This record gives sequence, structure tokens and C-alpha cells, in this order.
Amino acid sequence: MGLFDLFRKNTNSGTVAKDRLKLVLVSDRAGCSPEIMEALKNDIIKVISKYMEIDTDNLNIQITQTESETNNGYVPALCANIPIKDVIKSGARERA
Amino acid sequence: MSEVIVITSGKGGVGKTTTTANVGTGLAKLGHSVVLIDTDIGLRNLDVVMGLENRIVYNLVDVVEGNCRLKQALIKDKRYNNLFLLPSAQTRDKTSVSPEQMKKLTDELKEEFDYIILDCPAGIEQGFKNAIAGADRALVVTTPEVAAIRDADRIIGLLEANNVKRTDLIVNRLRMDMVKRGDMMSTEDVVDILAINLIGVVPDDEHIVVATNQGEPLVGDDSMAGRAYMNICHRILGEEIPLLDLNVTDGFWKKLGNLFRKN
Repeated sequence: MGLFDLFRKNTNSGTVAKDRLKLVLVSDRAGCSPEIMEALKNDIIKVISKYMEIDTDNLNIQITQTESETNNGYVPALCANIPIKDVIKSGARERA
Repeated sequence: MSEVIVITSGKGGVGKTTTTANVGTGLAKLGHSVVLIDTDIGLRNLDVVMGLENRIVYNLVDVVEGNCRLKQALIKDKRYNNLFLLPSAQTRDKTSVSPEQMKKLTDELKEEFDYIILDCPAGIEQGFKNAIAGADRALVVTTPEVAAIRDADRIIGLLEANNVKRTDLIVNRLRMDMVKRGDMMSTEDVVDILAINLIGVVPDDEHIVVATNQGEPLVGDDSMAGRAYMNICHRILGEEIPLLDLNVTDGFWKKLGNLFRKN
């Protein structure tokens, strides 16, 4: 290992592999195909767009794992990251 | 009490056949009567790995179809007289055998042998269903790579769904030098992801290639892989054996030798 490796950011391919696998397996295990996710994403966009203007290009939805509150272990969770461009004014919402 | 063990992986080329040959030979070495069944119909391999390819007269499909008696198809191993192989058919396909027929066959073999070890084909179709039909327990073989682990995860789910009572994991072809560099997932990473009991770790070892070339399973010899496979056999028998330390560094003279070889 060279001196400069000490300062390099820790992005070893082993860690990358583990992180990628974890994500793939969560959706594999939930039996949720990319097609279903795409349909779900479009529906979510439709609903939220009634109330807010959102950045659909940077919207990200995926199934992840989260620690279960009740039993010891992990449960799948739907995680959506939806950037808002503008909140539509209340008057507009009534009209919508 | 006899046990039917299926060795499976989902993905091809991760070491199922090598594992079957070594685990079977190891258990025979430890004094148990063992029969190995190659269930990969159409792609016969276990016979060459065991070095028994010249002795085949009848095969699995012949037994199932009643062309011969079960005893006639069993090939006795060269080294151990308590070890037998039931070879697969090379010119037939997976549909020649049904899960019910496999179950009947393993039940019959249970009366004669302590361990019935099935080498499962890659995939999750008919061949896999045949292989797991009569299995009491499974050894899932994986390598520390994304594709192999993903397939192993699927297989573990299918084994559970098919009521195989016990499933253990073998991590094969681990390269400690790469793990240390951070460029390969560690055994801990793999176990963390798959969340099943680890029964052994086999290092990537040139001796395996040499042993396969010669048709002589290396289980129990001095090589790292040979020791790792022997430990797996002991653990199958229920003994508690600590994992092999794969961190053994080469001695001074070996290192010096390597230094000159590289230049």
C-alpha cells in the first residue's frame, strides 16, 4: 500500500459489492420487479403533483431495509426521496 | 441414522461438484458409508472429478427406468471401499427423472448408506427440483461474488419453501489477499448478507485444480483446501471445529523465493 493510499477515500470494491448486493436482495426477496416499481413511481408522482410541484427527474424510490421496532430484525421499507420544487398555493389546490 | 445431503448453489461454476467429491470422500475417510449421486443429467461431471469415468456401465436414468438394479449402477471408489458413485446419464435430459422417483431412490439408498450426497445442477428448474426432493439438509456453495451470492439467496429461499430442514453455507474460493485489500467481500460480509449458518470456508487454492486434473479429491491432505474440506466433514458430523486460519503467511524462504521468481 502506497503512502497516498492512506489518504484515498475508502471506496474498496468489496464494500461497493456488499452495498449493491444488499439493495438487490431486498427487492429480490420482496418479489418486487423493476416494472412494478416504475408503475408505483408514476402513481406516486400523479398523487403528489396534485398538491406540490416536484422534481420528477431527481425523484428516487427504492425498497430498503429498516430495523423493525417490534421484533429484532429487519423489515423491508419503501423509501422515497422526492425533491419539491414548489408548494402549490392552497387556492390552487382547491381548484386542482 | 442416515442423511441425504444436497449440494447446491444456483449459479454454475462455483464449486458444487468439487465440494461434493471432497465432502463425500472426506466422510468416507472418516469411516462412514457414503454414496454420491450426480443429478446433473446431460452434463455428467462428478465421475471425472472422482477419477471414475472409465468404470461407468449403468447410470441414474437406467436405475430409475428399471434397466438395471440399483447395486449394478453403483461404482465403487478406487481408494475407499465404503464410497460409491451413482453417475448421471450423459445422453438424456433432466425430464428423464421426476422428483418422486428421486425421493424413492434416496429412501432406498438410506437403508444401505450413512450419507447420500447429491450433486445438484445449476439453475432452479427441474434438475434442482429433482435433486432437493429427497434431501434432509442442504449445503449451499457460494463464492464471494455478487452474482453467486444473489443466486445463493434465491436458492436458500427455495430450499426453505420446499421444507429442507437444515441449510448451511460454504464460502468457496476465498482470496485472503484480496479481502485484506478490501477488493473482495469477506466471509463475514457473505454470512451477514445471506444470514444462514456457515459450515466452512474454502480458500482459492491451486491444489484443487491439480487434484481435479488427476481425478483425486484432495480432502484431508496438507493443502489449505484439503484441510478446509476435512473440517467441513467434521462439522457435518456435528463436531465443533474452529474455522481454519487462512491468514497463514508464507515463511521467510518462500517469500524470498517468490521475490526472485517475480523478477
